Amino acid sequence: MAVRIVFLGKLADLANAPELVLEGPLDWSGLVDRLHGALGEAVAGERVKLALNGEVLPDKTALDARNGDEVALLPPVSGG
Amino acid sequence: MKDVRLLAEPFFPGAFVGPFTNAHPGLGGVCTFVGEVRGGDGVEALELSQYEPLTLRGMNELADAALARFDLMGLLILHRVGVMLPGEPIVCVSACARHRRAAIDAVDYAMDHLKSDSWFWKREKRHGEWHWIEPRAEDHADLARWS
Repeated sequence: MAVRIVFLGKLADLANAPELVLEGPLDWSGLVDRLHGALGEAVAGERVKLALNGEVLPDKTALDARNGDEVALLPPVSGG
Repeated sequence: MKDVRLLAEPFFPGAFVGPFTNAHPGLGGVCTFVGEVRGGDGVEALELSQYEPLTLRGMNELADAALARFDLMGLLILHRVGVMLPGEPIVCVSACARHRRAAIDAVDYAMDHLKSDSWFWKREKRHGEWHWIEPRAEDHADLARWS
């Protein structure tokens, strides 16, 4: 069991995949380090939010994900 | 009664609104809004994506807030996800109440929140290419009416 990373909206396009699996434990800088190029820059942007196991973190840089966790990267919503 | 659903397939709003209305004998009014994929501007298709742990829960919280704020007998919120074609329904909100004002206001409130404050990501296919849709300032202004 590793950490499942889920990309929403245009982040999925930048990642060329809806999901990615990374070995835990994983903190914020560890996550950003493993997302390269435009994807890493987009994720680091202040408008992208992060949810850990379905709960949005007030401060994404406080991420502390363990194996078996799910991390979702959430760009600004465009509404229904 | 509260009925909140995400739908992955095309739907006919009347098939939901009819039974929903019938479930509230004694109502004084029912207000229903249906949003559809707008045609024109070269739009060929619209795709809405969601994140299961947040999207449906957020819609349920929105319904709870509307039920607490307005004097309703029931509230129905249906929202499509997936790929839709122009003319297909995207969203249907229906409210039953003893008096019309609560029903009309609840639908207006729910729509303003669904349009700007819900966990959906949207892209449009125009002239064969997909484009992600950014949040609109007007939607945020609409939301501010309720604060």
